[in-house]
Order: sequence, then C-alpha cells, then structure tokens
Amino acid sequence: MSAATNMRSLLRGSQFFRGCVSSRNGVATQTVPATGGELTNSAVPVVTSLDISAGLTDDQKEFQSLAINFANNEMYPHMAKWDQEQIFPVETLRKAAELGFGAVYTSEEYGGTGLSRLDASIIFEALSMGCVSTAAYLTIHNMVTWMIDTYGNEEQRSKWVPVMATMEKLGSYCLTEPGSGSDAASLATVARKEGNKFILNGSKAFISGGGDTDVYLVMCRTGGSGPKGISCLLVEKGMPGLSFGKKENKMGWNSQPTRAVIFEDCEVPVENVIGVEGQGFNIAMSGLNGGRINIASTSLGAAERSLDVAKEHTKVRKQFGMPLSQMQHTQFQLAQMGTKLVASRAMVRNAARALDAKHADTVSLCSMAKLFATENCFEIVNTALQLHGGYGYLKDYPVEQFLRDIRVNQILEGTNQVMQIIISRGMLVD
Amino acid sequence: MAMKVLVGCKRVIDYAVKIRVRPDKLGVVTDGVKHSMNPFDEIAVEEAVRMKEKKLAKEIVVVSCGPAQSAETIRTALAMGADRGIHVEVPADQMALLQPIHVSKIMAKLAEKEAADVVLLGKLAIDDDSNQTAQMTASLLDWPQGVFASKVEKKDSQLEVVREVDGGLETIKINLPAVLSADLRLNEPRYATLPNIMKAKKKKVAKMTPGDLGVDVTPRIEVLTVEDPPVREAGQTVSDVEELIGKLKDKGFSS
Repeated sequence: MSAATNMRSLLRGSQFFRGCVSSRNGVATQTVPATGGELTNSAVPVVTSLDISAGLTDDQKEFQSLAINFANNEMYPHMAKWDQEQIFPVETLRKAAELGFGAVYTSEEYGGTGLSRLDASIIFEALSMGCVSTAAYLTIHNMVTWMIDTYGNEEQRSKWVPVMATMEKLGSYCLTEPGSGSDAASLATVARKEGNKFILNGSKAFISGGGDTDVYLVMCRTGGSGPKGISCLLVEKGMPGLSFGKKENKMGWNSQPTRAVIFEDCEVPVENVIGVEGQGFNIAMSGLNGGRINIASTSLGAAERSLDVAKEHTKVRKQFGMPLSQMQHTQFQLAQMGTKLVASRAMVRNAARALDAKHADTVSLCSMAKLFATENCFEIVNTALQLHGGYGYLKDYPVEQFLRDIRVNQILEGTNQVMQIIISRGMLVD
Repeated sequence: MAMKVLVGCKRVIDYAVKIRVRPDKLGVVTDGVKHSMNPFDEIAVEEAVRMKEKKLAKEIVVVSCGPAQSAETIRTALAMGADRGIHVEVPADQMALLQPIHVSKIMAKLAEKEAADVVLLGKLAIDDDSNQTAQMTASLLDWPQGVFASKVEKKDSQLEVVREVDGGLETIKINLPAVLSADLRLNEPRYATLPNIMKAKKKKVAKMTPGDLGVDVTPRIEVLTVEDPPVREAGQTVSDVEELIGKLKDKGFSS
C-alpha cells in the first residue's frame, strides 16, 4: 500500500502535509551480524549516517521501508488533526498491529513478531516520522506486551499476548505516582493480600492511555519499603475499585489520553502477579532499558523529518535575493543539525545492539543514548522551527508539533537528570 | 482449475524523487537515488495475491529483469505474498537500453517455461512510460490480452476484464492463457507485514541471464542526449479576446 497509494493520492490531488518523503538511500549496503544470531554477510563495519538506512541489513531495510511507508500514508497526513482534536487513533494503531508493529520485540510464541531491539528502534524511528505521539504510545504498548510475555506465566502469556499483539486489547504501564516520579522505589500504592485477592489502594499519575486501555501493569507495594517490596500486578479495566482521573491537557502527545489511575480497594486476583512477588522493581528496571531506546528512537524520527522539511524550506525560501540555503549561517546550522542527528542515531542504535547482546554496559549505554538523543534531537527540531521563520510557528507546518511532542522525551522514561545519576554512578564504581 | 500466475515487477526510481539529468547528458542520475517497485507492478502483485486468496491462483511466480538490486524488488513481492521469484540479471549499465521488446521476449519465454496461465504486468513503468511490454508479450505468445485492467474476474474458463479506456470502461471476455496489465484502480496494494518480510527470505529466487532464455538483449536504440525540459517561461498577458486570437494565429495555433 506504499508507492501505488501515494501515486493515487497525488493523481487525485489529495492533501498531503508539507514535507517530503526522505529520498536518500545509499547504494553501498553495509551488513551487520543480525542480532537474531545469523550472520547475513561477513562482518563489515557498520556505518551510521544521515542516510537513515545506512548500516542496516537487507531485512532491516525492508522493515524500515514498510514503517516509513506506513508512517507517510497512515500517520503523517493525520498527525495535526489527531493533535488538535485530541484523537486517540485506535484504528490506525490496530492497522499497525496487523503489520506486526504491536509487539515488535515480543517473542513469536504467543503472537509477537520476535524481532530485535535494534529492529524495533529502526521501526519506531520510522513511525515517529509520521506521528511522534502515536508512535510513542505504540512503544509503551510494546513494552507492556513484552513484559507480560517475558515475565508472565504460561496462562498469562497465552491469555494476553495474542490479543495485545493485535492491539485488540491495549496496554498501559503504571509506575509513576503523584508522590514518586524519579524516586520510583518510594512508590506508595499498596497491595494487601486477602485470601485469593490483592486489595490495591493508591494512585498512579501521568498514565499514557489511562482510561482508554484495557490492561494495566501496576507496580505496587506488596512487601516492605524500598525496591524489594514491589510487585507487578496486571489490573484489568472493569475490575472493581479501578477508576480514572480527568484527561490531562498536555503540551504534546495529544493523540494519546493521559490520566491518573486510581485504586480504591481495587480487587485483583492473586493470579495476576506478573513474575513473583518482590520482583516488580526488577521487571520495571529491565523494561526501562528498552523503553529508553524506544523513546530516544521517537526523538530520532522527529528530528529526521524536521531536518528534512527544514532543508527543503531553506532551498525554497528566498530573502535578500537568495535562497536561505546559500547563506553560510544557514548552511552551518544544517551542518550542526546533521551532525547531531548522526551522533544521536549512532548512540541509540549502539545502545539497542548492546541490549540485544546483553552487553555488560547496557544500562549505561541506554541511559546515555536516551540523554543524548532526546536533548540533541530537541535542538535539531527547535532549529528546524527557527529555519522556517514565522512559518515555523504556524500549525500549518509540522515542526511545532514535532517540537511539542518530543519535549516530554527529556522527562519521561527517567528524566535526563536521572540518566546522569545512572551514568555517573556507573562511572564512579570502584 | 487453479491458475499459475507470472507477475512482472520492475525496480524503478521512486516516484517521489526529484529526477536529475546526469552531467554526461546520457541519462538520469541513478546512483544513490531511492528506488522502489514500480507502483503499477505493486498493483499487479497485489492482484495476483488476491487471486491466490480466492483460490483462483495456485502459485505466483514473480519476475524482475535488472541489476543485483532488483533482488530487493523481488523480495518485496515475496513479502506481499508471491511464492517464488526469478531474477533475470541485467547489469546496471545496460538497464537504460533494455527495452520493452527485450523484456517481453523474456516474459514470453518464461511464460512458456513456467506453463503460466496468466501473465500479469503493470500497465507501464513510471520511468519510461512505455506501456508496451504487456501488449508485446501477448503478441509474442499469441495470447489474448486484457490491458489497463481495473477489474478481473474468472468466469468459468475465461477471464472477464473491465478495461479503462479513453471513452470510459470496456468489458471484455478473454480465453486463457492470457496477458493482463494492471491499471491504477485495479486494487490498493497491501502493506507487507513484518512476519511476511521475514518469511520472504526463505522463498526461492532463481537467477538467470537473458542468454539462458535465448533472448538477445543487444540494444536496438542509442541514446543521443537526455536533457531537462525547458525552463518554464513567463506567460504573456493579453488585453482582450481579439489580441488572444491574434497571438494564437501568429504562433500558428489557429488559422
């Protein structure tokens, strides 16, 4: 449904959002040992560059091409409307799930796509070129599905993974509370065991999808204080005592609803513990490594698209008798943007490879990638907005939405300040 | 009886790319430029896959004539649902001079070799806009043709094809085996899925040269020069209809 559909749209003169399909594609293909274990070619050094498909295997190029086509056809034309009207595009998400995007790195056993973290990063980067907010929700759903598949028992996996892979059921991840954000281990939602049930009391804040999703993975306190007292419970919409706060009004991520999730003597069967009691914090932390790569990947997609449209704009916009692209300052800005993009992309893909390889430095590398990419991509998009001049400030152009949508990436999945705590802690270990 | 369908697909410069003439003015720049499957061929592959889903087709063999990178195009078709591929290798530097007459001879040979019931092609390729290959292939095979198809249905042992023609739509019934060419409105091609992309790796792709099929692809044309279209000039404003007619007459458009 790719080029033919685009051509059809062009021929019918339908509205296409400003900005072009990225038309770069290197001829020389680099291959890299695929993390699934098979070597597709001799180990040629991987090169990451401004060409978004550089350094990828043939398979990864296909995944990326599919994701870019989907983003261009199904997401990019609608991203402004979804943002302005706060529409949660469930049908589009389900279409994405049909292609395997709902559970990219979840194992194939119960319906996941079984790809690597690097494959996922490439895919989410591509989808974010279409709509960051929607792609970001997709990554959250992916993480929740993966958690159930990885830490759940056979009954839980067989019950939930199939319907979540298709996004028939949508997932939300509940860790943050009004009183505990960065200090996640101090969370206060309590789960008291009574017979064959847990009774939950407390609330979670800023939950993506909250109120509109079906499955909530809730980190709650089943034991004593600190991380070891935390368990992961699967709470289903409709369970007694579960309610939601008002829909938050946000700067961005408007194509996903965000609400508080409230537990008032909420009854959850003991069978709904994911993993074992006391394992919750470990599960949360292991999920965050991938979550950080995913979020950083959405920043990459926004930067890629914004750089592309800014570059085209500077070729077209003339002042003082010449296109902006012929002015040295503009050229220098584009150079800086390009450099930051390649550096960010290299960091993110490197961290994804580390995670896939279970490298010893994974935690640091994921934190570094998240810190670096979210900051630098924000600068890229901000500069792209500036390069558009007054037009950059209008909602007719996509840049201001990309900027608003990725601003939160420096905050969630662990603030960039927490990233620095993690990184420095790793560096100062004796 | 379920049919065997031979589908042609061509790797062309992506429709969204800004075409640039090469400095030597003998062609357009293809190095480092994004390529993809000809959109009309995507439609042809999709139609074949739908035939298989309706159990009208039993096997879909996809063919591409081109350089090494055409393997990617075949892979895309396999990921959409074709069963196996045939890559007829033509070096990159010969591609510009590979003409529909050559490709149709290759397709005709393969149709015979594969005992195909239907040869399904895109109506034209967006790089040369020739709109010849399907017609020539039918002629070489002496098979009926249903070109510019916007709908194809199997009716007993025949195909009923609705064609997009200048005057509107024409419906014809043709015997099998037949050659069809896909027009824009025949269908809306599906996306490949991630699992299908991975499965496509395991599907067989045979490699051969035109010589292996006994087809001579010696160029029959010589490219003299390739040039940009003239830069658009400013128009002229006329003050009234009299002046307009006068100008048209001067330029020889009217008598």
